[in-house]
Amino acid sequence: MKEIVVLSGKGGTGKTSLTASFALLAEQKVSLGDCDVEAANLALLITGNDTSEESFVAGQTAFVNSEACTACGACVEVCRYAAIILPADANAAIVDDIPCEGCRACSVVCPTDAISFSDVRVGTIFQRKTAVGPMIHAELGIAQDNSGKLVARVRKDTRSRAEARGIELAILDGPPGIGCPVHAAITGVSLVVAVTEASSSGLHDLERLLELCGHFNAKAVIIINKYDLCVEVTEKIERLAEELNIRIVGKIPFDENIPRALARREAPIVIPLIRETIQQTWNDIKQELGIAWTPIF
Amino acid sequence: MRLAIASGKGGTGKTLIATSLARLWADQGRAVSYADADADEPNGHLLLNPTITREDRFSVKVPVLKEKKCAGHGKCQDICAFNAILSLKDSVLVFNELCHGCGACLLACPDNALIERDREIGTISQGMADEVKFYGGRLDVGEARVTPLIAGVVDAALDNASDEELIIIDSPPGTSCSTMAAIEQADLLLLVTEPTPFGMHDLKLAIELGRALNKRLAAVINRSDLGDNTTKELLEKESVPLLAEIPFDRAVAESYAASRLPVSTCADFRERLMLLSEELDIITRGASK
Repeated sequence: MKEIVVLSGKGGTGKTSLTASFALLAEQKVSLGDCDVEAANLALLITGNDTSEESFVAGQTAFVNSEACTACGACVEVCRYAAIILPADANAAIVDDIPCEGCRACSVVCPTDAISFSDVRVGTIFQRKTAVGPMIHAELGIAQDNSGKLVARVRKDTRSRAEARGIELAILDGPPGIGCPVHAAITGVSLVVAVTEASSSGLHDLERLLELCGHFNAKAVIIINKYDLCVEVTEKIERLAEELNIRIVGKIPFDENIPRALARREAPIVIPLIRETIQQTWNDIKQELGIAWTPIF
Repeated sequence: MRLAIASGKGGTGKTLIATSLARLWADQGRAVSYADADADEPNGHLLLNPTITREDRFSVKVPVLKEKKCAGHGKCQDICAFNAILSLKDSVLVFNELCHGCGACLLACPDNALIERDREIGTISQGMADEVKFYGGRLDVGEARVTPLIAGVVDAALDNASDEELIIIDSPPGTSCSTMAAIEQADLLLLVTEPTPFGMHDLKLAIELGRALNKRLAAVINRSDLGDNTTKELLEKESVPLLAEIPFDRAVAESYAASRLPVSTCADFRERLMLLSEELDIITRGASK
């Protein structure tokens, strides 16, 4: 099975619109995974029914047994996240769940073993049935750590659903940035589709993303979105691609009809001229992957 | 005032609004600091073009054995909640990228055999962009945990600011611990959104985050004419004041793309930002009463 991930570094360059477009253009069923668990939007463009919903548990949070606590304050001293407090008039320490990382340092120093730990539900995972194939999407809880673990789980489920159905290709909609959730999304993929835009910010963030691809030894191709917004930047991106020997598989013009289509929850391929461009891009991506699909529907 | 600019969704215009407000306020003669807390993908410097006067490497703590060998009790491995330390027969193996620097292993070791060393994960730069004090964080490519660096950038800006200063914190997208680190010390959270189902979906999460942290909230709708009314309806329902609507203007997008601050190049955009600034003044005065 092949696995591609759509990444960008900078947010808002068009990852989700393009992921949805590829899925809709695909000649065979694909397995979709939304790895942007902090702002999961793929399900807004690829409609279907969520057939299951499951809590995702990772990490722990501290709990102080107020009867056993002697209010000595040893835990407050060692907590590096200011997550445990001892108000002046209190007779027991109090944990603030939001900054608590469940590191257990407090429990090591507690003289009365008053601190215990419970699992944290960090998010929810949904399975969806769609016309283009199975999809996994997820939502990270507010202010949660462990987004990387949730991304890894989304990928695992996306792959296993593909394998169970004999699907050849998984398409992952990636998170922005270059940190932990992106590492979870990029490790071991067949191809990174790097979506940038013709702005100085887009170029700057693309450079960092391509460096990260090098770090993970991941093969990449580039799509330049809104390429006509700044011709100078587009030329710089083209020079960068040439230097790094990375193929540019698409240049999409800025078109106000795209955000208008998205507002109607429609992928950009509803616009005929844009559809032609993205079809060409999709063909190039299949070629890079060595997939020769003939249309079935 | 400490103003954090956030969004949930990426690419809605956080940096555009944050850098534009910084420039506008400096032009009005007000004392302004701008902190770029999107340390994964910092872009504020491209718009403000600061002269960097100082660069410091930023480090986190990781455990290391005091001597080459230890007794191999394994207490460090047992206590570590992040699987970041492996106890071997007479030494340890630390997985630096997994370590959260909590210090639990040091406390758990019965022989006090572990100490901490600094491990560099990024850079904090400081400088001036005309009259704007500039702070920026930059994570080293390949590093996973950006949160401590973001907290470091915000602290640097706050430590050097006077009480009257306006501090703008340009936050990363998302709703996780890294966004929290950027906004937790702010007095006001300004959410930049767009009138699409994506914008609305992610705005809902950003409002939840703001509420969980007890933040005062306000919003701006960018590209306000390219979409529908649902985002506005959500703001009304949630009683989040809408301070400005900025219609799409190709000239603004082109100016931003070429690293020219549209607040200096597009008259209509500047006008709207001035109105936003007045609205911000009104609600922050209300807050301080």
